[in-house]
Amino acid sequence: MEVSVTVNGELVTRDVEARMLLVHFLRDELGLTGTHWGCDTTNCGACVVLYDDEPVKSCTVLAPMAEGHDVQTVEHLELDGVLDPVQRGFMECHGLQCGFCTPGMLLTARALLDRDPDPSEQTIREAISGQICRCTGYATIVRSVRWAAEHADEVEVVP
Amino acid sequence: MTHMQVPAPIEYARATTVEDAVALLERLGDEARVIAGGHSLLPMMKLRLAVPEYLVDINDLHGDLSYIEADGDVVRIGAMTRHRELLESEPLWDLFPIFRDAELVIADPPVRNRGTLGGALCQADPSEDLSSVCTTLDAVCVIQGSSGTRQVTMEEFHRGPYETAVGQAELLTEVRIPVRRPGSSAYLKVERRAGDWAVVATGAAIWLEDGLISDARVGLAAVGPNTTGIPEVSAALRGRRPDEEAFAEAGRLAAASCRPVTDARGSAAYKRHLADELTRRTLRTAAARALADTGAA
Repeated sequence: MEVSVTVNGELVTRDVEARMLLVHFLRDELGLTGTHWGCDTTNCGACVVLYDDEPVKSCTVLAPMAEGHDVQTVEHLELDGVLDPVQRGFMECHGLQCGFCTPGMLLTARALLDRDPDPSEQTIREAISGQICRCTGYATIVRSVRWAAEHADEVEVVP
Repeated sequence: MTHMQVPAPIEYARATTVEDAVALLERLGDEARVIAGGHSLLPMMKLRLAVPEYLVDINDLHGDLSYIEADGDVVRIGAMTRHRELLESEPLWDLFPIFRDAELVIADPPVRNRGTLGGALCQADPSEDLSSVCTTLDAVCVIQGSSGTRQVTMEEFHRGPYETAVGQAELLTEVRIPVRRPGSSAYLKVERRAGDWAVVATGAAIWLEDGLISDARVGLAAVGPNTTGIPEVSAALRGRRPDEEAFAEAGRLAAASCRPVTDARGSAAYKRHLADELTRRTLRTAAARALADTGAA
């Protein structure tokens, strides 16, 4: 069936099976492999994207369900060479090691800061509680999000 | 593609109104299923535990069926109200703190952004938290079909594990919760890890009159074929002081009345112990909150 979804601000249409999951639509149909495909059981959160501006696990949404909705992936965080402060925060504070959970973590951090520009450590921990990181013990992720909150207004162009 | 979990092939249709959904379900017949948030159904479809031929997506009804409205002596909650909306509703938290207690331990934030009240109740998992909350609060479910709407109690709503009173061409549209004051409620869950299904979970509600318990209800999850209200507890508590002795008796009755089975989440004996202890603790919290409500009401 034809499915049209707004992905990263652009309306895209593909002819796919109705059973196709949004994570595979993004990765296999659109080539947006920044969205990672992890547990496939709605547990790990590696596949988190922003769905109408809120974090959602894209392994548990059918592509046709997303028609008419606005999906943002990690590829949309950097715009015209300007990194999102959460991306810079993760660089500054070593918010990643292997990087598998990072796209989902970045998007959840973005959604959190859009709602609450100055979140407490506890609020950050709750916000990322649906996403698993096996490297950092979460400490550096929390620090990275705090860094982004504290440097929200600084712009840095990617060299 | 490599090995992965995907649902079996399906036909997909979108409903734009409740009437449209009912008409689609009538036309498509037994092999059609409603999908709301999809966070119970899609995992079951991936595992091929559910193999519907047709999915009727009702997410477009979110605008019509997501509301939390106080209407005289009843609070009406639309079936498409998402977990996050339940969690963030301060009026709901004021009247029924049990919702907030429960929502904080249901799955995780991204899941709560999608899952719905109606979907949770219709999934009818014996371990599901909102079924226990609605049982505790003596909720009434409004079900709509082509010939109109009907109302059923939570006891009538759940027919067995994964079975409800909602017919093949019907839709759960609303949950109605009676408001009685002064009164309050609480929820506690023991889980193996954050966001997991309950090993045992307990909801409790207490209503007071002249400092005595005028009514009380306890709803248990994960200790029977469905979330279970315990009428014996209500009978034992009515007319008594809300004290430790009363709560201890309620705990013993809850443990004796429930029907847990030994499984990967724990032994039946352990679950009975939890039913007892969690009943005492939730009643204690509900009573303290109800006393505070006595001043506020």
